[in-house]
Amino acid sequence: MHGMINCALQGFLTAQYGPALWREVRDLARLPEEGFEAMERYDDALTLACFEAATEVLQKHPNALLEDIGIHLVTHPELEPLRRLLRFGGATFAEFLLSLEEMPDRARLAIPDLEMPEITLTAAGIGEFRIDLRWALPGIAPILGGVLSAMADDYGALAVMRLDGVRDGLETLSVKVVDVEFSAGRAFSLGGAQA
Amino acid sequence: MSGYAGGLDVPGAIGPAVLDRLLPMHLRIAADGTILGSGPTLVQMCGGERLDGMSVFDVLELRRPGAAADMPALMALAGQRLTLALRVAPDHPLRGVVAALPRGGGALLDVSLGPGFARAVTHFGLTISDFSPCDQTVELLYLQEANAAIGRLSRQLTERISIARATAERQALTDPLTGLANRRAMDAELSRLLADPEARLSLLHIDLDFFKQVNDTRGHAAGDRVLLAVADVLREEMRRMDLAARVGGDEFLVILRETVASDALAAAAARLIRRIETPVAFEGALCRVSASIGIATTDAYDHRPTADRLIADTDAALYRAKEAGRARFAIHGEAPPARPPSRAG
Repeated sequence: MHGMINCALQGFLTAQYGPALWREVRDLARLPEEGFEAMERYDDALTLACFEAATEVLQKHPNALLEDIGIHLVTHPELEPLRRLLRFGGATFAEFLLSLEEMPDRARLAIPDLEMPEITLTAAGIGEFRIDLRWALPGIAPILGGVLSAMADDYGALAVMRLDGVRDGLETLSVKVVDVEFSAGRAFSLGGAQA
Repeated sequence: MSGYAGGLDVPGAIGPAVLDRLLPMHLRIAADGTILGSGPTLVQMCGGERLDGMSVFDVLELRRPGAAADMPALMALAGQRLTLALRVAPDHPLRGVVAALPRGGGALLDVSLGPGFARAVTHFGLTISDFSPCDQTVELLYLQEANAAIGRLSRQLTERISIARATAERQALTDPLTGLANRRAMDAELSRLLADPEARLSLLHIDLDFFKQVNDTRGHAAGDRVLLAVADVLREEMRRMDLAARVGGDEFLVILRETVASDALAAAAARLIRRIETPVAFEGALCRVSASIGIATTDAYDHRPTADRLIADTDAALYRAKEAGRARFAIHGEAPPARPPSRAG
């Protein structure tokens, strides 16, 4: 697994629960003393061990923790560059959803060897979509669910996510866009990064 | 508007609304250079005022392949890659292309941001919706930001690595107890200086006297405290260009640069011995040690000595000093070992 993903997990645990919790998880999962490095690669087993240790120490349901990770990726101030990159996906939340299938290619523009899920978006009624996902590790649907609800907030849209189970490694997530202009959302200007 | 820009309103022809959506940064120009219509993004870039009725040459300035101040000159550039700038934003060069419309219907000029797109997007306050979905400028911006983010990560990694390397190097050259240089650092500095024929130096080999007694009677912690006190003395007595190293349990090597005269060396050695003899308080008791010092100086040789030779001669001088009794110093090539004058009072 790309170090960026492991670093995201470490960053989430440290930012949300503090460095002491991270050290506990690190020791329980026998992770490198100095933590993960974004520019390195790690065995998938290490990523899984880290996540399992976190659920054990925090006594949280895996899906709840995965969803929190997704929200963290979009909302944490230190990850503002990532939020901005996601906002390039479209001018509105609806456009963003319709560009989801492009997300893996977009991510690879930035990091060519980043493991991204296979994403298939299917319209399932007015404002409703089914998203089928396949990834190297289990749990991509709750992560994306967290990302999408945070992105809906970001765009000022109101959307509801529902996990629709896993079949043969294929995870399904349903999205219902209730209101595209629910609130003002957060600011995004194209040239914002230079400002 | 009849007869508009070469029949753009003819059924089946491309109407202004279509052009606005497909080419949001275009200008529709009449045969005499009057602007008949303009794409919404270009209007915004010009400040939001309608451009219709203005002369195209009052709105923008052609720069490459050459200037053009009237329609014949502009149309001579038809089909070529143009560099131009809006009069309201001369610092933001844009890319353009112009094409003649049929039957004397004027021209269509399309514009894009060109390589300065990132600055231009900020300057003009453009959003995703200001670009045609087929315009890759937004993807370029995305890529630029992604690159910048990855670049930051790389720089942070490089920084962490160089800090780690500097720490490792420092540790490799430092005695962990006293913070003085270690043997390796001393050897390197000595070799470096001896390789420079201009560098004059003296090497002092300092060996503590009675240190074993302190260690045996008061324990290693007391011994360590004494070594730290000696290190402090050396640091205080050294100048920036000098170097002091701990090279054994209670042995130190000191390079004094430019100090080669016997009387100056004798004064320095005597002062060092006196200061090292200052009792060191440890857990309510006073630990007392002294020092013997052997000295060799580059000026005492006809040929430039090697580091090994210099060290061997300080060893021999130290041996003579020890033989003559404790708390003395001896200079290689000079006899006899001297005892520092007693402390005044």
